[in-house]
Amino acid sequence: MSEPRESYLNAGYGLKSWLLTTDHKRIALLYLISITLLFFVGGALAGLIRVNLLTPQGLLVGAETYNRLFTMHGLIMIFFFLIPSIPAVLGNFLVPMMIGARDLAFPRLNLLSWYLFVVGSSLAIVSAVTGGVDTGWTFYTPYSTTYSNSHVLPMAAGIFITGFSSILTGLNFIVTIHTMRAPGLTWFRLPLFLWSTYATSIIFILGTPVIAITLALVGLERIFGVGIFNPGLGGDPVLFQHLFWFYSHPAVYVMILPAMGVVSEIIPCFARKRIFGYSFVAFSSVAIAVLGFLVWGHHLFVSGQSIYAGMVFSFLSFLVAIPSAIKVFNWTATLYKGSIAFQTPMLYAFGFIGLFTIGGLTGLFVASLAVDVHVHDTYFVVAHFHYIMVGGAVMGYLGGIHYWWPKISGRLYPEAWARLSAVVIFLGFNLTFFPQFLLGYLGMPRRYHAYPPEFQVLHVMSTAGSTILGFGYLMPLVYLLWSLKYGPLAGSNPWGAKGLEWQTPSPPPTENFEHTPVVTEEAYAYSGEEAEQHV
Amino acid sequence: MSEAGSALATQFDDLDQQHDAATLGMWIFLVTEIMFFGGLFAGYAVYRSIYPQAFAAGSRLCEIALGAINTAVLISSSLTMALAVRAAQVGRRRAVVVLLVATMLLGTAFLGIKFVEYGHKYAEHLIPGSGFAYTGPYAQQVQLFVCFYFAMTGLHALHMVIGVGLLGVMAVLAARGRFTPAHYSPLEVAGLYWHFVDLVWIFLFPLLYLVDLHK
Repeated sequence: MSEPRESYLNAGYGLKSWLLTTDHKRIALLYLISITLLFFVGGALAGLIRVNLLTPQGLLVGAETYNRLFTMHGLIMIFFFLIPSIPAVLGNFLVPMMIGARDLAFPRLNLLSWYLFVVGSSLAIVSAVTGGVDTGWTFYTPYSTTYSNSHVLPMAAGIFITGFSSILTGLNFIVTIHTMRAPGLTWFRLPLFLWSTYATSIIFILGTPVIAITLALVGLERIFGVGIFNPGLGGDPVLFQHLFWFYSHPAVYVMILPAMGVVSEIIPCFARKRIFGYSFVAFSSVAIAVLGFLVWGHHLFVSGQSIYAGMVFSFLSFLVAIPSAIKVFNWTATLYKGSIAFQTPMLYAFGFIGLFTIGGLTGLFVASLAVDVHVHDTYFVVAHFHYIMVGGAVMGYLGGIHYWWPKISGRLYPEAWARLSAVVIFLGFNLTFFPQFLLGYLGMPRRYHAYPPEFQVLHVMSTAGSTILGFGYLMPLVYLLWSLKYGPLAGSNPWGAKGLEWQTPSPPPTENFEHTPVVTEEAYAYSGEEAEQHV
Repeated sequence: MSEAGSALATQFDDLDQQHDAATLGMWIFLVTEIMFFGGLFAGYAVYRSIYPQAFAAGSRLCEIALGAINTAVLISSSLTMALAVRAAQVGRRRAVVVLLVATMLLGTAFLGIKFVEYGHKYAEHLIPGSGFAYTGPYAQQVQLFVCFYFAMTGLHALHMVIGVGLLGVMAVLAARGRFTPAHYSPLEVAGLYWHFVDLVWIFLFPLLYLVDLHK
C-alpha cells in the first residue's frame, strides 16, 4: 500500500499529540480507554461479590470487607463507567459528526472535562487502595458522616470533580447542537441519538450540580463537625436522601437515554426502514428527562416520607413508563415488515429491548407503594436496576461500540465472534440476574455477605451466570483490539447506513468533512429498493 | 485574514456563530450555578420552615449595616461591568480597561467587608463546629443557621474571587486591544457571570440578614 490516507488517528503519533488534543474524536478515545479500565475494575469487584456469595456463610470475606466490595463496585460502575460511558465516548465522537461540524463548540473545555474525569477517578482509585468506602454507593448519612470509618472524603471529592466533567460535557453538547448544525439539518431531521444526547445533557446540567453541593455539605459535616444532616444537632438525614436522589434518580436516565438513542440508530439501519414515529421517539426522550426530575421520592417510600408525598411520587413514577413504552413500541413497529439483518449491533439492540422491558416493568412493581414495602432493599431491587443499567445501558453501549467501531477504527471486527459475544452476554446476564428477582421476592436483603442456606441454589446460579457474563465482556475487548491490526478495512459506510457520519471516510479526517455537508432529507431515509440491494 | 479572522476558532464558520455559542454556553453554565446554589437554598428553606425562631435569632447575629453597604457596593460593580461591555461595543478601549478595573476594585471591597464580618464572627466564637459558643435558646438550630450563613456566603465569596480573577484577565486582554465592536464575546460572557454572582447576593442579603427585621 502507498501513503495511508490522513485521518485523525495518524494526524500525530506522540503522547503529547493525544494528551493535549482538542479533537473530539481523540478525546472520545481517551475516554474509551479510561472507562474501559474502570469497567474492568468494577467488574472484578462484582466478581468477588459473586464468589463470596457461593456459600451461605460467605466464601471469601467478612461483613466489613463485603461492605467495601459492593460499595466500590457501585461507585465505580455508576459514577466512573455508566454515567460517562455513552455520552463521553460515543457522544463525543458522534455529536459533531452527526451534525456535520468540525468539532464541538468548546474543544478545550472538552479536553478539560476529560482531565477532570481523570483526576476524579484517580481520587476514587486512591480511596479504593487506601481501604475503600463502606457506606453503600448512596453515601447515606449517618453512614457517611457520624459512623463512617472509611475513606469517604477522597471518594466524595472524586465524584464532585467528575461531576464537573459531566456538566461541561453536557454544556458542550447542548451548545453544539444548538449552534453548529449543518445547513438543512433542522431539529426534526436530527438523528434520534442526538435527541437523546440532548435530553441527557439537560439532566447533566440540572442534576449534577445538586449532587455536587450535597457531597460538599457531607464534606463540611465531616470536616467541621456541623450537623446539617445530623438529627443530634438539629439536622435531618432524610434531607440528604432527598438531595441525593434529586440527582441520582435522573442519573439513571443519564445511563439509559443515550442507550435508547443508540438503539434508535441501529434498528432503522438493520431493518432498512424509516424509524416509526420519529417525533414520538424524539419527544419521549425529552419527556423522560423532564419526568425523571419528579420521581426521586420513590426511593424514600420507607424513609419516613409523608404518605401523600409517597402517593404523588408513585403516580409520577408510573408516568415515566409511558415515554419508555412509546420507544419500545416504536422500535418494534419499525421492525414490522423491515428487511432485518441479524448483525452484531442488531443483536445487542434486540438484547436491549428485551432486557430493558423487563427492567422497566419491574420498575413499576417497585414504584407501587405496597409492593415496594415488601421488596425494598432486597435483591428484587438489585435485579431490577441491573436489568436497566447492565441489560439496558451496557447492552446499548456495546451495541453502539460495535455499530460505530468501523467508523472509529476504520476496521471491521470478526462478525462471528462478535455475534457470539452478544449471545453469551445475553445468556450470562439473564442467568446472573433473573435468579436475583426470585431471591429478592423470597426475602433476601441486599448488601449482606451471608444468607440462610435455602437461598444457596439461586445464589450459585447467579454466580455461574456472572462467570459467563465476565467471559462475554472479555470477548469484545480481545477481538476489538485484534481488529485494530488485523481487521479488514471498513470503508466509509460498511452498513449502508444513513447519517452524516457515514458520508466521510473511516477513520474520519481531523476536520471530519472535506466540505461542510448540506442535508436535504430526513433522518433514516431508508428505502425498500436499497434494502434489496443490500441483501 | 483580518483581525476578526484571528479571533475566530477553527470549529466555527463565522464570528456570529462563535458569539452565539459563547453566550449560550455561559447562560447554560449559569443554569448549573443556579442548581448548585439551589441545593443550599433548598436546605435553608427546609430548616427555616422547621425552626423559624432559631433562624430569626441567627439572623440577628448578622451585621445589617455591613451587609447593606456590601449590597450597594456589588450593585455598583454591576453598573461598571455593564458600562465596560457597552464601552467595548462602541470600541472605547481605555474606558473598557478603566471600568473593568473599577469593577474589580468594587469586588475586592466587597470581599474585604465580608472578611471583616467573618472576623467578627470568629471573635465572637460563632464559627460552627466544636467552638460554637452561642448561649441563647435554640443554640443548636442557630448553629444550623450560621452553618448555612457560612456555606452560602462562602460559596458566593468563592465565586467573587474567581470573578475578580476573570475580570483581571479580561482587563489585560482589553488593554492589548483584543476586543473590537465586532468581537467582544469573552467580555460579554464574563459580564454575564459577574451579574449572576451579584444577583445571588441580592437573594442572600434578605434571606440571611433581614429575616427578623420587621419586628
